[in-house]
Amino acid sequence: MVNLRSVVDLAPGESAIISGFMDDTLSLKLLEMGCLPGQPIKFNFAAPLGDPICVSVSGYDLSLRLDEAITISVQ
Amino acid sequence: MRKIALVGNPNSGKSSLFNHLTGLNQKIGNFPGVTVDKKTGYTHLPNGEKVEIIDLPGTYSIYPNSTDEKIVFDILANKSNKLHPDAVVVIVDASNFKRNLLLFTQIHDLNIPAILVLNMMDIVEKTGLSIDSEKLSNELGVPVLPMKARKGKGIDLLKQTLTDIQLDEYQPIFDAAAHAPEAIKEVKATFTIKEDYLAYQLLQQFNINTSLAENEKNILQQIADKHNFSRDDLRRKETLERYSSINHFINGAVKETFTVLPKKVTEKLDRIFTHRIWGYAIFLAILFLIFQSIFAWATVPMDFIDLTFSELSAFLSEVLPDSALTRLLTEGLIPGIGGIVIFIPQIAILFAFIAILEETGYMSRVVFLMDKIMRKVGLNGKSVVPLISGVACAIPAIMATRTIENWKERLITIFVTPFMSCSARLPVYTILIALVIPDKLVFGIINMQGIALMGLYLLGFFMAIGSAGIMKLLLKTKERSFLIMELPTYKSPRWKNVGLTMFEKSKTFVFEAGKIILAISVILWVLASYGPGDHIENAQVEVAELVKDQRLTAEEFENKVQAYKLEKSYAGIFGKAIEPVITPLGYDWKIGIALITSFAAREVFVSTMATIYSIGDDVEEGTIKSRMRSEINQETGGPRYNLPTGVSLLLFYVFAMQCMSTLAVVYRETKGWKWPAIQFTYMTIIAYLSALIAYNVLS
Repeated sequence: MVNLRSVVDLAPGESAIISGFMDDTLSLKLLEMGCLPGQPIKFNFAAPLGDPICVSVSGYDLSLRLDEAITISVQ
Repeated sequence: MRKIALVGNPNSGKSSLFNHLTGLNQKIGNFPGVTVDKKTGYTHLPNGEKVEIIDLPGTYSIYPNSTDEKIVFDILANKSNKLHPDAVVVIVDASNFKRNLLLFTQIHDLNIPAILVLNMMDIVEKTGLSIDSEKLSNELGVPVLPMKARKGKGIDLLKQTLTDIQLDEYQPIFDAAAHAPEAIKEVKATFTIKEDYLAYQLLQQFNINTSLAENEKNILQQIADKHNFSRDDLRRKETLERYSSINHFINGAVKETFTVLPKKVTEKLDRIFTHRIWGYAIFLAILFLIFQSIFAWATVPMDFIDLTFSELSAFLSEVLPDSALTRLLTEGLIPGIGGIVIFIPQIAILFAFIAILEETGYMSRVVFLMDKIMRKVGLNGKSVVPLISGVACAIPAIMATRTIENWKERLITIFVTPFMSCSARLPVYTILIALVIPDKLVFGIINMQGIALMGLYLLGFFMAIGSAGIMKLLLKTKERSFLIMELPTYKSPRWKNVGLTMFEKSKTFVFEAGKIILAISVILWVLASYGPGDHIENAQVEVAELVKDQRLTAEEFENKVQAYKLEKSYAGIFGKAIEPVITPLGYDWKIGIALITSFAAREVFVSTMATIYSIGDDVEEGTIKSRMRSEINQETGGPRYNLPTGVSLLLFYVFAMQCMSTLAVVYRETKGWKWPAIQFTYMTIIAYLSALIAYNVLS
């Protein structure tokens, strides 16, 4: 089975390891913000309306929209 | 004088450091060509040398995403830039070390003398980490200084280090030449550059580099094509390599891993502040608190200022000999200056609140809470900050839109922000509400005037949201919208920073907006005191001729003379000229004068009223409010400011674009007259129509 899990599939509080990016343009920005392949990312909580979400990466909290988070694949 | 630039990520404590270094010796200006706040100041080093400190906008990377981040690239990556610094102080949040160091490694490779400041060491110590700054300094080849900027610790050491900073041998952290050797070699030869990374940056970002001529850009494009310089791939490799170097530095100098730090307090607070019910309830409560405090706290000093200036005028007109100069002073200059000073309490309170919300980290949560709602009407979560700041003043608010990366969202935010009721409208609202809305309680506790005021603010807000929705449908774009935003840990506000923001913003207002207000007051006084022909000098005779059949008391006759003089003045002629257009709204030519001057800046309304109603009014000096209340509508015999006219005027002021400075800022931010022209027309039409409808429904 092909692993197609992204950050959006994580449950609140769950961590996973970043495996790659699905979007080239966004990946430039995400890398600079410390979302690095091989590093853990934790889904903290979603905003009250479900979007955006808050994740922890590289030791700090980052907010991402769902359509941005879905481009980060995890394993 | 040597120039020192402060660079760092947002939320790294850069502004605290800047405030510690410069104190009150700071100046806010603009970077050439863009309206991004340029904060500069001076500091003295231990050896007595005076150096200039430039506070550059916060950024995460040398690759900019927004207009203000681009400033950092413009200044640092271009040695011929007038602001290119002699040394850079890179300040990093040591409790969030890894991501913060990325920017440092980029700046290091540009070969500018740098000092790395590890800020927030107090938080680092609390979390049980230890950073060996000496070891880090050896690894990086630059001075590394621990600091607690909030407490002012480490500043002296920084000043000492700045005294004798020099450039070490150039050893880039990222070896650009290893990835694109031929291309970089060719750029270095063509542009006579010696640093690999500068050549690499030219290839990466020549498109946005303002220092390059068109033919230079073409040459760079050819070099890039010739050697297959693939920008995005290389940039990805660069970032990954930099992070792996950073990991290497951290392993040597930092004990404890940095995966997920326990940030308990922030976690707990976020559970409340981003809660589905409490989150919005708290946000609304904070907004309510802001409005309440402005209304409750600012009106007392404002009334006091109003009274002081009117009494000063009265006093001076009594003691000084009656002459044109005295009248210019008591009827033009003093009411004009009063019209500026009266705004200081509101501006100070508003900016204090905004500074506190930014300082504590709460503003990012507001963005987080509102993003989805704002996106529905074509805005961005980040638009909330300009919209809230717009309540203080549209000018800094429009400048604050530069953090919005997406052009369409930014343009819509710029377009609708002036609908938010700014502090300049508040005195107009206050005075008109006091005149036409009864000071009564409903349900025993709620003040009707308070409700009216809140209603006006809401009206402006909903018009902003509605207009945004319309623009979303009309504007087309392919550009993507982002919200990749740091949620900083909660911190208690640094009161020194809040105080300095209050002081700086009030000062900027007094000197920038003040100049316009004062000039208009004086011009207006001249226009209202002089007129074509000799009607004004012969007023006594001409009025006597007109009223010879009526029996008038001396006082009634004098009033007729004053009214006649104003009518025959230049201001009166202008007012009369637009009277046909504004009569359907319930205004007379005197209000017409105020409308004309308000198109320069709406805060002039109150001082215009003061000037118009004080011309020749030497019988009894009162406050502006009492003079307006006693104004009689010549046709009906009732008060001029009755409910229909009052409401009509209020609506006009809620919606109309009456601020030259805002139009000027919109022109600069959108780089053309198209958008300011559309904005002006759109807002004026809405203002006119709503005032027209209100007046006809109510009367």
